[in-house]
Amino acid sequence: MIAFAALLERLVFTPGRNTKRALLRRYFATQPDPDRGFGLAAVTGELTFKSAKPALIRELAAARTDPDLFALSYDFVGDLAETVALMWPSMATNRAPPDMAEVIETLNAADKAELPGIVAGWLDASDPSVRFALLKLITGGLRVGVSARLAKVALAEMSGGRVTADDVEEVWHGLAPPYASLFAWLEDRAPRPDPADAPVFRPPMLAHPLEHADFAALDPAALRAEWKWDGIRVQLVATGGGQRLYSRGSEDISGGFPEIIRAMDFHAVLDGELLVVRDGQVAPFADLQQRLNRKSVGAKLMQQHPVAVRLYDILFDGAEDLRTLPFDARRARLEAWYARQRPARMDLSDMIRFETLEDLAALRDGARAASIEGLMLKRGDAPYLPGRPRGLWWKWKRDPLSIDAVLMYAQRGHGKRSSFYSDYTFGLWRSGADGRDELVPIGKAYSGFTDEELTLLDRWIRNNTVARFGPVREVEKAFVLEVAFDAAQRSPRHKSGVALRFPRIARLRQDKPAAEADRLETLMRVVEGQAAPRTCRGAGRTDSPS
Amino acid sequence: MPHPETWLKSTPSGLFCEPGGFHVDPLRAVERAVITHGHSDHARPGHRSVLATRETLAIMRTRMGEAAAGANQQSLGFGEVLRIGEVDVWLQPAGHVLGSAQVAMEWRGSRIVVSGDYKRARDPTTPGFVPIACDVFVTEATFALPVFRHPKAEAEIGRLLDSVALFPERTHVVGCYSLGKCQRLIMLLREAGWDRPIYLHGAHQALCQTYEELGVKLGALRPATVAGKADLAGAIVLAPPSAIADRWARRLAEPVVCAASGWMRVRQRAKQGGVELPLVISDHADWDELNATLDEVAAPEVWVTHGAEEALIHAAGLRGIRGRALRLLGYGDEDAEA
Ligand SMILES: [Zn+2]
Ligand SMILES: [Zn+2]
Repeated sequence: MIAFAALLERLVFTPGRNTKRALLRRYFATQPDPDRGFGLAAVTGELTFKSAKPALIRELAAARTDPDLFALSYDFVGDLAETVALMWPSMATNRAPPDMAEVIETLNAADKAELPGIVAGWLDASDPSVRFALLKLITGGLRVGVSARLAKVALAEMSGGRVTADDVEEVWHGLAPPYASLFAWLEDRAPRPDPADAPVFRPPMLAHPLEHADFAALDPAALRAEWKWDGIRVQLVATGGGQRLYSRGSEDISGGFPEIIRAMDFHAVLDGELLVVRDGQVAPFADLQQRLNRKSVGAKLMQQHPVAVRLYDILFDGAEDLRTLPFDARRARLEAWYARQRPARMDLSDMIRFETLEDLAALRDGARAASIEGLMLKRGDAPYLPGRPRGLWWKWKRDPLSIDAVLMYAQRGHGKRSSFYSDYTFGLWRSGADGRDELVPIGKAYSGFTDEELTLLDRWIRNNTVARFGPVREVEKAFVLEVAFDAAQRSPRHKSGVALRFPRIARLRQDKPAAEADRLETLMRVVEGQAAPRTCRGAGRTDSPS
Repeated sequence: MPHPETWLKSTPSGLFCEPGGFHVDPLRAVERAVITHGHSDHARPGHRSVLATRETLAIMRTRMGEAAAGANQQSLGFGEVLRIGEVDVWLQPAGHVLGSAQVAMEWRGSRIVVSGDYKRARDPTTPGFVPIACDVFVTEATFALPVFRHPKAEAEIGRLLDSVALFPERTHVVGCYSLGKCQRLIMLLREAGWDRPIYLHGAHQALCQTYEELGVKLGALRPATVAGKADLAGAIVLAPPSAIADRWARRLAEPVVCAASGWMRVRQRAKQGGVELPLVISDHADWDELNATLDEVAAPEVWVTHGAEEALIHAAGLRGIRGRALRLLGYGDEDAEA
């Protein structure tokens, strides 16, 4: 576990993606099987132990430490596992710290009553860093800060370019820890592991934002158009080996959507948008959000937030791989498949009729429903290619909304930006309890500005700080920011009662006095759908990260 | 034999030795001061007479100028006994920073040792701590919680060099206190085979120069301020903790922000400071060292100047040692020094 603990020490403090990738790559390349495979499973969150609970840590601490010293220490450190890892009084032992495989195999076989003794023995043999990793791992409190995708990118790099991260995705869900066959393939010692009939994830084809420069080159006759719905992109995989629902990022989200899984009594791989749909109407994203990030779901929530999938592509029909077919042919296959299967909780994405690009532009501007983000444009002759190939698929979002808000608080960023105040909290005016106007914070933005604007804001913030709370600076309420956002939704969790989707800084408005910034009521009218979206001045500089 | 409380008194100016007529590490300007070491919470400006090791006097002159370092400066070598008033006074190494000393005082057969700040771990820039048997041992308690068990500094330097090898295009900037920690890091790096120039923030240059003059050879040092980004790629830069995540660090090539301090043992502390590579290297005794030292000096009574006195007094009490918290406000102000 020593190497894994050392990796963990670095990963938790490292903000940079490239740095994390390099650390992971080295770990995978230098550690033996099966340890690195279990390390990979720990990083990607595939390991769980039922028997060990945080109460076990308390029990161990009580048995080995003075209660007063423990209380003082816990008070200072603030984290139970960390406190015990640091203050554990080791008994002399000749044993080496356990390796990953030993921990996992022992825990899976151990009886609950044996656990304290086993874990105490491991703690005795380990240093604080290994003890911390061990306690967090077995009690399920490990927070690594690495996405499964990033781990796969690091794995691909390990192969020296022979295998891509998408290749890894294709076999991933057919494999299990400690992934010996995966590493053997990456190191060119064995052929690609055969996922056979396993319901594995297929890397999706992604769209580019449509830029002004692209527009002139578009040939309307070669294009197909569909609405871009504001849900989450999902992949439905149903094979003889099972049914799975995956997010765009390859996360298995089947557990949160059992009604979709139940409806998948077919053999195919489909691409679509997961939406909350009531009486045929697509609900705003905030409704779907209630259903996300859940391992399981209750009957009430399923009833109040019913989900459905709007299908727009078919990758496999039975065992037949359709991805090399052009879009038009796949669409025909999708329609035929749908007519044959008629699956519950699924419908087809409409193909939008149009003649000219002007028609499309008018359709896009006319889309008012909060559940529509804009249009998807796809070339009729494009095969289904993983990744983000150029010149085949575009997303053409509605112009963003914008609002003039006042900068209220600033915080330093991470990584390269750690010396800059680059996280901004901004607010709008409303009437306070005493009848006077007050600012209420409505959101935070971290992006959208140029390097020059960042430098300017950073200097202004340092010169206009009125209070400091730890890393946060409160500033003079004098700087107006034009904030662009994709949608505004009611949110009881926010003080202002409203949450913005993808807010970003569109422009610095130093020309504008703070008193002339927008009022909360204006934003609320957008939420209610009473106001037509105001076209953002100077929009299009940044695209939201969807 | 007089009880120590009757002749070494805790006053608002700090510890005052009545029969000797002097203060130890006084908190404000006094007539006659004995100084344990050069950190600013212990060595303050403006005393009329100052007694300390030769090294501590030199450090004080560098930090505060000739005039403020004491109108009369008298140096005392380790082990040399000097009678001040009715008290025999001598110094022994404390192992904390260059020149750091424990002050031993004996009056009518009663002996008190004021240890100042100290550590027991090896430090190539300063002689090691020498335990002195005594009736009262006056100790710090900066890291007096059982969660503080410092790892070997050499191993932490190994982690730094490992990171430099893994990210050779980036600058590793290490936040460290300018007196003691900075020079110890340099020496540890040299011992580990790092013979390339080490770059220094302006705030670190003067004391490195003083260390050199006092015979601690630090190898090639360069000012980071004038170096170009390209020179700093792959380099190690030492800077004050306040500079590592601020505007100053923007000159560096994709900096890996490191910090060397005993506080880095606790994750939350490292995270708050925006530290990417925390190095647990301290110039203060950890929990085990504090307790081992209490056992070695075998004093029936321990006075704690500053730090987490509650835990240390509790642990001493379990072994029959009487503990007393002096709560001298003004020591340990500089967290970064740890
Ligand atoms: Zn000190
Ligand atoms: Zn001190």
